Amino acid sequence: MADTFEPIIIGFTCNWCSYRAADLAGTARVKYAPNVRLIRLMCSGRLDPTFVLKALAGGADGVLITGCHPGECHYLEQNYKAMRRFYLLQRTLAQLGIEPQRVKLVWASAAEGVKLAQEINNMVEEVRALGPLRWPAWANADGSLLAEEHAEPAANEEVKA
Amino acid sequence: MSENGKPKFAMYWAASCGGCEIAVLNIHEKILDVDANFDVVFWPVAMDAKYKDVEAMPDGSITLCLFNGAIRNSENEHLARLLRRKSKILVAFGSCACEGCIPALANLTNRKEIFEAAYASVSTDNPQGVMPQPSWQAPEGDLHIPQFYPVVKTLAQVVKVDYYMPGCPPESHQIAAVVDLVIQALQGQASLPPAGTVIGAGMSTVCDECPRARHEKKIKKFVRIQDIKPDPTLCLLEQGILCSGPATRSGCSALCPKAGAPCVGCYGPTDGVLDYGARLMTAIASVIDSTDPEEINRILDGIPDPAGAFYRFNMASSLLRAAKPAWTDK
Repeated sequence: MADTFEPIIIGFTCNWCSYRAADLAGTARVKYAPNVRLIRLMCSGRLDPTFVLKALAGGADGVLITGCHPGECHYLEQNYKAMRRFYLLQRTLAQLGIEPQRVKLVWASAAEGVKLAQEINNMVEEVRALGPLRWPAWANADGSLLAEEHAEPAANEEVKA
Repeated sequence: MSENGKPKFAMYWAASCGGCEIAVLNIHEKILDVDANFDVVFWPVAMDAKYKDVEAMPDGSITLCLFNGAIRNSENEHLARLLRRKSKILVAFGSCACEGCIPALANLTNRKEIFEAAYASVSTDNPQGVMPQPSWQAPEGDLHIPQFYPVVKTLAQVVKVDYYMPGCPPESHQIAAVVDLVIQALQGQASLPPAGTVIGAGMSTVCDECPRARHEKKIKKFVRIQDIKPDPTLCLLEQGILCSGPATRSGCSALCPKAGAPCVGCYGPTDGVLDYGARLMTAIASVIDSTDPEEINRILDGIPDPAGAFYRFNMASSLLRAAKPAWTDK
């Protein structure tokens, strides 16, 4: 199993730096692991921790958050907010039993396609070494509850009141 | 309808502390309206009735059931399913039934550790290390107690819920208003909100109801309420006290901040929020006044238990719901 495990990593990129870094990696034909699914946000400051939790609860093995380098945010200082949220989220996730390697923050400028590709490769290998997260699917994709949760238990499971 | 022609009322406590029952009694003389308009058929804290009495009732015969408490064990789940069958309107009453509340903080650990804390720590005299067993063979026959679940659930995670009434406990004036509404609806003078609605609460956040003065927040240090002498007129969060007001649904009239204590978040998330704790983390992290990673982490050290602080009432209905040790505990 460990040999064939391909981690699913959700990557959040910002429109102005890290998305362009990924784009540059593509046009420059830099090879990197295909395990990351990139989602473009306007800014890393848009990153609500809800996105990370939803990804992990929905089957992702890891989440990569990327943005402009500190001091270089297109929206002046929103990447600092992303950084503070990331540190707070990381502490919370640790209490929930999620290894720190599964959720990472990486800065990448629009010129750092090679760097971003390396960071993605590193993270894929780290998560691969950890193995699948397999968080239970508590709910359907639309947020409704799973059918089995509403199912009546078998008669022999009922409590004798 | 019962023999006296009145609609039937039930209230049940699952994994809860009893505070919700007290909040209902705190509606003072309104409780006479409940009695005048309803036939109370099942309410373990107030009257004697057996589970078999409820089982004998026709399905759908209870008009209004206020269900408080989380689903901690198989008995809670059994009663949730039973009362769902017997009730027309099932209300998840109070934070435990709505979102798990304090009982669901146990979702951060596994059953072994919960039992050790409860039965084998210094506060418990248990030299033989007796632990609860779901079944026991006694000379008189097999004895059973309910099964303890590894993960606490909310009421809606077990059965379909008609309305949600948040709060730990729900505020008495809100309960009185809901009781009034249901009575009026029964008399045909009002209509009930659509199923799934949060009732007895506001649409905004606690900050909106809080009279304390608010300015731009810049936090350099988090403090505990006992560490400082807070300014009684200034926003508590601005003074470095972790306050859940920005993410918490209004409806309590900002009771705690008015009394000098921070909001702890018992009214839960506002409409459309997928994860209460994530929203609160977003708000709190935004106002930390630093751009230096080391300093940020030093400031965050002032929040010693983030999961407990941000999901104090909401763990069971959060996106991740339970920590890995809880859900891997088979």
